[in-house]
Amino acid sequence: MGGRLDDAAVVTAASVQETASTGGGASGPSHPLRTVNRLFHGRRRLGIGSLLGVPLLWMLVVYVGSLVLLVISALYRLDPKTQKPTDELTGENLRAAFTVWDNIWVVIRTAGVALLVTILAVAISLPVAFFVSKVAWRWARRGLVVALLLPLWAGYLVKGYAWRAMLSPAGGKFAAEGKGGGGFLESTFGWTPGYGRVAIVISLLYLWLPYMILPIYAGLDRLAPSLLDAAGDLGARPLRTFRSVILPLLLPSIAAGSIFTFSLSLGDYIVPQIVNQGEERFMFGSIINATLGAPNQPLAAAYTVWPLLIIVLYLLAMKRLGAFENL
Amino acid sequence: MKLSLPARLTLGLATAATLVFLYLPLAVVARLSFNPAKSVAWPGWSGFTLDWWRKAWSADGPRDALLNSCKVALAATVVALFLGTLAALAMARFVFFGRNAVSFLMVLPIALPGIVTGIALQNTFSRTIDLGLFSFKIGFGFHSLVIAHATFCVVVAYNNVIARLRRSSPNLIEASADLGAHGSQTFRYITFPLMRSALLAGGILAFALSFDEIVVTTFTAGSGFLTLPQWILANFSRPQNVPLVNVMATFVMLVSIPLAWFAQRLSDDGGGER
Repeated sequence: MGGRLDDAAVVTAASVQETASTGGGASGPSHPLRTVNRLFHGRRRLGIGSLLGVPLLWMLVVYVGSLVLLVISALYRLDPKTQKPTDELTGENLRAAFTVWDNIWVVIRTAGVALLVTILAVAISLPVAFFVSKVAWRWARRGLVVALLLPLWAGYLVKGYAWRAMLSPAGGKFAAEGKGGGGFLESTFGWTPGYGRVAIVISLLYLWLPYMILPIYAGLDRLAPSLLDAAGDLGARPLRTFRSVILPLLLPSIAAGSIFTFSLSLGDYIVPQIVNQGEERFMFGSIINATLGAPNQPLAAAYTVWPLLIIVLYLLAMKRLGAFENL
Repeated sequence: MKLSLPARLTLGLATAATLVFLYLPLAVVARLSFNPAKSVAWPGWSGFTLDWWRKAWSADGPRDALLNSCKVALAATVVALFLGTLAALAMARFVFFGRNAVSFLMVLPIALPGIVTGIALQNTFSRTIDLGLFSFKIGFGFHSLVIAHATFCVVVAYNNVIARLRRSSPNLIEASADLGAHGSQTFRYITFPLMRSALLAGGILAFALSFDEIVVTTFTAGSGFLTLPQWILANFSRPQNVPLVNVMATFVMLVSIPLAWFAQRLSDDGGGER
C-alpha cells in the first residue's frame, strides 16, 4: 500500500504527510471505521471520486446535459398547427438565428449594452475601490466595503422595481392614480430620463455594480503599498502610477468582475420589462422570451445558442486573464 | 503614493455619490410602502400610512408566495450545501487532471444568463426521459424549482467552503492524525468545526440567491407554483397592487440585507486560524 503513496496528492509537503498519516497512524485496533480508513488509505482516485462524484454528476447530468439537450432541441421542426416540436430534423431554426440580419443586429446591440454597463461599472468601481482600500481612514474601510456590497442582496426584482419608481415620468401610466406627479427624480429634480434605453442601462448598472466593486477592492487590497511608493520614488505621478502599475495588476480582478456585469446584462429580459416602454426588440433576451412564449421552443432554443456561445467564449478569454482566481 | 488633497477629496466624493446611488432607490421604495396613494409617483415626505403593510400581512397572494419562496430556498440550500461542500473538500485536497474544468463547471450556472439556464432546464424537465429500462418525466412544481435553484446555488456554498479550507492551516489536520485520530474523527473534530461558519455563511447566501431568483424560476416553476419574485413581477404593473408590491419589496430588503450582513461577518470571522 505504501507504494501507492507515490501518486498521492502533492499539494504541499504537508498534505502528503496528511494523506500518509490519516490513514496509516489511524485508530485503535478494533475501531469499526478502520476498514473504511484502510480502503481509502493512499487511494487517491477513490478519495476524489467519493467526494467529487455526486456534485460532478449533478452538474454534468442536470446542467450540462440540459444545455446539450437545449441545443439539440433547436434542430427540430415546429408543427405550425399544434405548435409543438415534431420529430423532423431541420437546420432552419439555427439559420434563422444566425443569418437573419435583424436578429444579429439585436445581438450586437445587446452585447453593446452589456459592454457599456461593464465599462461604466469599471469606471465607477476603480476610484471608489481605490478610495476605500488606500485613502479612507483605516477604521472605516471594512464598514465602507460592506456598505458597498450589501445592496447586492436587496433582491434583483426589488432593485429593478426601485428604478421604476425612481424614473417614472410625470403624466405616465400612473398619473391618473395619484397626484399625477412623476417618480422621485422627476418630482425632486424636475427631470428624468424616463423609461427606455437609458433607464435599462442605469438599472443594469445599478444591479451589477457591487459585483465589480468587490473583486477590484480585493485586488487593490492585495496590492502592496510599497509598489505605489516605489513608482512615486521613481518619479511617476499618480496618473502614471495608475496606468503603469495599478491597472495591469488589477486586470484579473476587473476580468473577474466583468464576468458578472457582462454576462448578467447580456441575457437580461426582466429589466427591459420593468423600465422599458414599448420597445420590445431592444435586448436579445426579450426576443428569446417572446419566441418561447409564441410558442416556438425550437426557435427560442436556437436563439439561446447566441448568448451561450458569447458567454462561453467570454469566460474562456477571462480565464486566460486570470479571472477565476479572483472570483 | 502621495495624493493631493483635492484628489483625495474627489475620490471621497465619488465614493459618497456611489453610496447614494446604491441606497437612494431602496430608500425610495421603502418610503413608498408607507405612501397613502396607489402610485409610484413620489409623495415627498408627507402622508404616511401603515395600511398597506396591514393589507399585505392579511392578503393571501403575497403570503403564500413568500412561504413558497422560503420552502424552495430552504430545500435548494440544503442540496447546494451538500453538493458544494463535497466538491470543495475534493478540490481543496486533491490536485488532479480536469481540476480547472471542474471549477469552470461550478461557475457556469451563475455566469450563463438565467434565460439560457432557464430554457435549458425547462426543456429537460418537460421531456420524457427514456432510459431503456424505465422512463420518467421530471415535470414542474416545487421539486423542479428545487433542482434548478440548487444547481446555481452550489457555487455559493462551494466558494465559501473552499475559501475557508484554503485559509485554514493543514497543520491542524496533520496534528490530529499525529495524535491518533482516524479520518472520520479528524473530520468530526477538526475539519467540520473549521468549516462550520463557512457553511452557515454559504447557506445564508445560497438561501438569499434562491429566494431572490426570478428568471430561472419563471421557466421552471410551472403554472401552479408561485414564488415571491414571481408574484412581484406579475403585480408591479397592476395599479391596484402597486402598494402591496412596495410593501413586499421593502420586506424583502429588510430581511435579506441584515442576513447578508450577518453572512459576511461569518465568512470574515473564523478565518484567522492560520
